[in-house]
Amino acid sequence: MAILIDKDTRVMTQGMTGKTGQFHTKMCRDYAFGKQCFVAGVNPKKAGEIFEDVPVYASVAEAKKQTGANVSVIYVPPAGAAEAIWEAVEANLALVICITEGIPVRDMVMVRDRMRKENRKTLLIGPNCPGVITPDEIKIGIMPGHIHKKGRIGVVSRSGTLTYEAVAQLTELGLGQSSAVGIGGDPVNGLKHRDVLELFNNDPDTDAVVMIGEIGGSDEEDAARWAHDHMKKPVVGFIAGVTAPPGKRMGHAGAIISGGQGTAQEKLAVLEACCIKTTKNPAEIGRLLKSVL
Amino acid sequence: MKIHEYQGKEILKTFNVPVPRGQAAFSVDEAVKAAEALGGSVWVVKAQIHAGGRGKGGGVKLARSLEEVRSLAQEILGMQLVTHQTGQEGQKVRRLWIEEGADIKKEFYAGIVIDRNTQTPCLMVSSEGGMDIEEVAAKTPEKIHKVWVDPVSGLSQSQATDAARTIGIPEASHAQAMQVLQGLFKAFWETDASLLEINPLILEGKGTLKALDAKFNFDSNALFRHPEIVALRDLDEEDPAEVEASKYDLSYISLDGNIGCLVNGAGLAMATMDTIKLFGGSPANFLDVGGGATTEKVTAAFKIMLSNEQVKGILINIFGGIMRCDTIAEGVIAAAREVKLSVPLVVRMKGTNEEIGKRLLKESGLPIIPADNMGEAAQKIVDAVATR
Repeated sequence: MAILIDKDTRVMTQGMTGKTGQFHTKMCRDYAFGKQCFVAGVNPKKAGEIFEDVPVYASVAEAKKQTGANVSVIYVPPAGAAEAIWEAVEANLALVICITEGIPVRDMVMVRDRMRKENRKTLLIGPNCPGVITPDEIKIGIMPGHIHKKGRIGVVSRSGTLTYEAVAQLTELGLGQSSAVGIGGDPVNGLKHRDVLELFNNDPDTDAVVMIGEIGGSDEEDAARWAHDHMKKPVVGFIAGVTAPPGKRMGHAGAIISGGQGTAQEKLAVLEACCIKTTKNPAEIGRLLKSVL
Repeated sequence: MKIHEYQGKEILKTFNVPVPRGQAAFSVDEAVKAAEALGGSVWVVKAQIHAGGRGKGGGVKLARSLEEVRSLAQEILGMQLVTHQTGQEGQKVRRLWIEEGADIKKEFYAGIVIDRNTQTPCLMVSSEGGMDIEEVAAKTPEKIHKVWVDPVSGLSQSQATDAARTIGIPEASHAQAMQVLQGLFKAFWETDASLLEINPLILEGKGTLKALDAKFNFDSNALFRHPEIVALRDLDEEDPAEVEASKYDLSYISLDGNIGCLVNGAGLAMATMDTIKLFGGSPANFLDVGGGATTEKVTAAFKIMLSNEQVKGILINIFGGIMRCDTIAEGVIAAAREVKLSVPLVVRMKGTNEEIGKRLLKESGLPIIPADNMGEAAQKIVDAVATR
């Protein structure tokens, strides 16, 4: 069953005709059931054209109406990405996955504020994330498909390549994944660790979860406290940035220790206190998960 | 991106937030001329560096005569100002701000950030102005009053007035306090700031409020729409290695260890630093080479890392995934040849064509130490550096 997406999901791509969108749409269509899942592109200037066998529509609403696609993935450049998210929300899609890195925080604050005020049900993942994959069924995003293997472990992370690292370790140990979700490295984003843990908790096909976090904010702590009270399945954790200096943005816009808050040490302490086993060695994430099964 | 206090005050003025009169000075003579032009009998000579804690470090001093302005300007200009935010080596003072003296009756604090939990802007005010606000937050959090601001309608009149009342600004000054706090919010919001901090916000003897300091950080993702703010960038205040790295679209941060690391992806880069530490070493930098580890980028990264004399070894950790390892290997070999790499290099890479990539590294004749996983890679570079 997995979470969020499966082979029956129908996806439209906003920003499909740009360089990144084109490349990754092709990679996604080549993965598992991709050809039947990716059914539309959105670009008002190229409506009516066919791109890599995918028809392009003028708007999200039109693409939804014509193809039934209910999920969108966004590669639109930063200056227009928040507007693209809103267009998808306004069309009442079930899920929007925004890959774009570099969206101004103010734009994200405005979109999230409007989503809350209008009580919108659309789920947002990202921005600045690798996307979501349900192995052997569908991959929506920029992660390498071949390192994944179908199975029963959930993965949720704020990072891209560090997630691939963890997934590859799991796969090497023979532990497949139900779904892997990148929630993104920006300070203002959609689904949080906590939300994704809840989805995995309710998924009968997930047995345990790897949660990968990093410095900045308090998402990991919130998720750990929630897991302590509600989670029926084991969760293991890794937090990147033990050696990160305060006040410096470590690549990701959200990865910054500010005002002494959001340190890796603090997060690790809360995770441990909430009975989530952690490792300080990222090469051990897979084995740690195996040890709690 | 950060700017200087005097630049921040110029921005505040355009949002109707009152600040003391002052002038920037780049030399001792300019400092004296500025004081003359300002008039009066008391001036403050303030070092302009991007770090906080300037007063405690001796970078902010009061002068009661023009001679004193001259001698203080001589003392402060060119000094290595050390504060809790600069590190031990301090930051060289190249600019001064000469300001009229203020009649301070009481000091308050006002700051605005984006609250990540509520995903809205948050105004923080406190009666404890002039103090280290992190310390106030840690010891007496009840003295910090938070107001969450609607991003569409902005800081309302009643929110601003309530905030002023809560921190003890007298009734007679509430009308002005409202204008100041609303102005601060507008300044924060319209410039795409990530932090605006006024510490202290002062109440003068005659009952007027003024921003005695101004600290702005801006969201670098939004700089594309603020050329007026980009124009305020002072490269002298930034780490030369970080500036150089940004030219090649590399995300680089200097640290104080001796093992350079080059990684693709921010999370993996942090995790690699952590692993080096875990195995007893110390990372010299954070470096995210991004999606494409091309020869050009790897060469630039090598040069930047090696410009740090502390670096005694380098660890490359690339999780290729979609990227092919033979391409990465070719880039690393060409870059190592170009910079005539003389320190130990451990390479761990993963992805498509891994075996071909490893063979290329081996056949290159370069003393590259291969590693299969992150733990092994960290162990190998720590050992190699220790035995040198």
